[in-house]
Amino acid sequence: MSAAQPRRASLAPALDLAALVSDPATRIIVCCGSGGVGKTTTSAALALAAAEAGREVVVLTIDPARRLAQSLGLVELDNEPRLVETPGASGELHAMMLDMKRTFDDVVSAHATPERAQVIFDNPFYQALSSSFGGTQEYMAMEKLGQLRASERWDLVIVDTPPSRSALDFLDAPNRLSRFLDGTMIRLLTAPARAGGRAGVRLVGAGFALFSRIISKILGGQLLNDISAFVSALDTMFGGFRERADATYQLLRQPGTAFVVVAAPEPDALREASYFVDRLSSEGMPLAGLVVNRTHPPATTGLSATRAEAAAEAVAEAGGPGAELAAGALRVHAERMTVAIREQRLADRFSSAHPEVAIRTVPAAAGDVHDLEGLRVMGRALLADEDDTGTGTPRSRVLPARPPAA
Amino acid sequence: MRCHVVTGKGGTGKTTVAAALALSLATGGRHVLLVETEGRQGIAQLFDTPPLPYEERRVAVARGGGEVKALAIDVEAAFLEYLDMFYNLKRAGYALRKMGAVDFATAIAPGLRDVLLTGKIKEAVTRRGKDGRLVYDAVVVDAPPTGRISRFLNVTGEVAGLARSGPIKSQSDGVMAVFRSPQTAVHLVTLLEDMPVQETADAIDELTALQLPVGSVIVNMATEPLLPADVLATTAAGELTAAALLPALSAAHVSGGAEVAEALVAESVEHARRWQSQDALRGDVEALGRPVVELPLSSSPIDLGCLFELAERLGDLQPAVAA
Repeated sequence: MSAAQPRRASLAPALDLAALVSDPATRIIVCCGSGGVGKTTTSAALALAAAEAGREVVVLTIDPARRLAQSLGLVELDNEPRLVETPGASGELHAMMLDMKRTFDDVVSAHATPERAQVIFDNPFYQALSSSFGGTQEYMAMEKLGQLRASERWDLVIVDTPPSRSALDFLDAPNRLSRFLDGTMIRLLTAPARAGGRAGVRLVGAGFALFSRIISKILGGQLLNDISAFVSALDTMFGGFRERADATYQLLRQPGTAFVVVAAPEPDALREASYFVDRLSSEGMPLAGLVVNRTHPPATTGLSATRAEAAAEAVAEAGGPGAELAAGALRVHAERMTVAIREQRLADRFSSAHPEVAIRTVPAAAGDVHDLEGLRVMGRALLADEDDTGTGTPRSRVLPARPPAA
Repeated sequence: MRCHVVTGKGGTGKTTVAAALALSLATGGRHVLLVETEGRQGIAQLFDTPPLPYEERRVAVARGGGEVKALAIDVEAAFLEYLDMFYNLKRAGYALRKMGAVDFATAIAPGLRDVLLTGKIKEAVTRRGKDGRLVYDAVVVDAPPTGRISRFLNVTGEVAGLARSGPIKSQSDGVMAVFRSPQTAVHLVTLLEDMPVQETADAIDELTALQLPVGSVIVNMATEPLLPADVLATTAAGELTAAALLPALSAAHVSGGAEVAEALVAESVEHARRWQSQDALRGDVEALGRPVVELPLSSSPIDLGCLFELAERLGDLQPAVAA
């Protein structure tokens, strides 16, 4: 744990995203990671780069920043992909923002007669379920991904995942939701409204009767009636829901799919990334690698933080024209080195637990990324050759593998 | 001001700010309760204590003898407590827990979860000891993120679809009365980045529309420019040259010559630009029209020492908040 402990420099393999996006065999890229690490911008930048590499791409974003959404032309929320103007690109870029309620409505419409669908739409419980239920967003993101892939209109689908604390939610929530819709509890609870329900109640006995009573006391009889009506209306669709979730889940296991885990160089984000990587490998899902986003590689590693700090003092003391400026520049460098060392140490810690996971670091932009030019810059950082940084630091790292000269 | 609700976009450090605010409010012998609502055990991590059980535990002693207690609200336990209190159903509650029924109830009615959490907060804010005095001088809530905050606090709206009368209804009315009263303030934590500032503005609009009292905006992890103020703009514009740095560098015997000087220029330009884009957002934050406090970025991981430093900074906030 201690920083002073000598550590074998673990060299993570380089992540070759240029090869990944231009390989026609790559059909789905899922960008996942914990909230606030830049998943949306990473997905959009990858999509733009892929379009420039000649692919027909659609990117499904979940919750883009307003200005980024505008620059992608995502002003109208019609839950359909829109063509993004990308002058000079040999491929095509489409972008869309997930509207989960609308996606849910579409699923209902596709499975029910118009009359039956209307009954469901009017149900207050459905309205709550489709707009705010935990897990609905993840389920609908997966549903939409399945639709986009099935349409065969694009040869690459890139999907951003919903902002949740845990990256694992994307994989778990859809199953949780379909289990819930399918669940015994909901059936028992609504049993009195259905034929044969009595037997069910007798089976689980007094405990359940009590529960049912309390629930209706606390939540109100109306809610139970709504749920009951919803379940009966949905009855014929349950198989469909579950099947669809399972089918999309299987899609994620296929060879044409690649997961890109995004993390910021911070302990929490990398811990989440670590859990996620473990989970992917136990599920047999194909991991392309880890993007460590918003790193701060120094422009030179020839001057250590300590020496830069000392020089800043010496320069300031000596005084003279430009002294204050030079001292400031040296302090900027000292801080940068300190930050970079911390970031590299965190990345090393990840790599020692997952030595097989390929890594690409992406330097932080000076401001927010909110236009195509910003995405292009980020795309270059994602796709450029491992060793073209000009500083001697490969793009899989924040600092060179050899410790910087003292 | 006795009930401080701290929210912010994910990643802005609202738990840290809530903890520092609790320490600050405890200064001078006051008793403060710090409440966690999202079951992440972030408070225990900050104060370096074992995971908090569902009970009020002392986590820190403030300057002048005050203390901060912390409580991580467990929704399931709060539900059982609620059943016991209003329906005298303690034993049945445990049976329900075994069946997974509690999970189920909070799942089919997400509003129920928030009612239970806010109910517990209100109880702590208004709790009186045997001597009739308030047990806590202040309660600080590490609340859900800005995206969910108005839904979380607008309890009556949440239960409107659930219950039109009965204990839940009267309880949520009581909770709402506390949240809307002048003793409550909702503070928003932001970073000087586009998304958090935008979300802060959105949350203020929503809270205002719901007549919930907005407190201060806390700018977290603010950095100071390392370059002299008079050259920031020109540096950001790319006018700094290696030649301007070289004489001073050579005089201080910094090796590497022009190559190092060029690197320093590149890093300085980036630093100035980053600072400039942050500084531009300061204007947006000011325009929100709320009292603003800036907390500096800590160069090391947050520990108790850091929390005390931040608490001291937040001390400046109190007059503004109490006004």
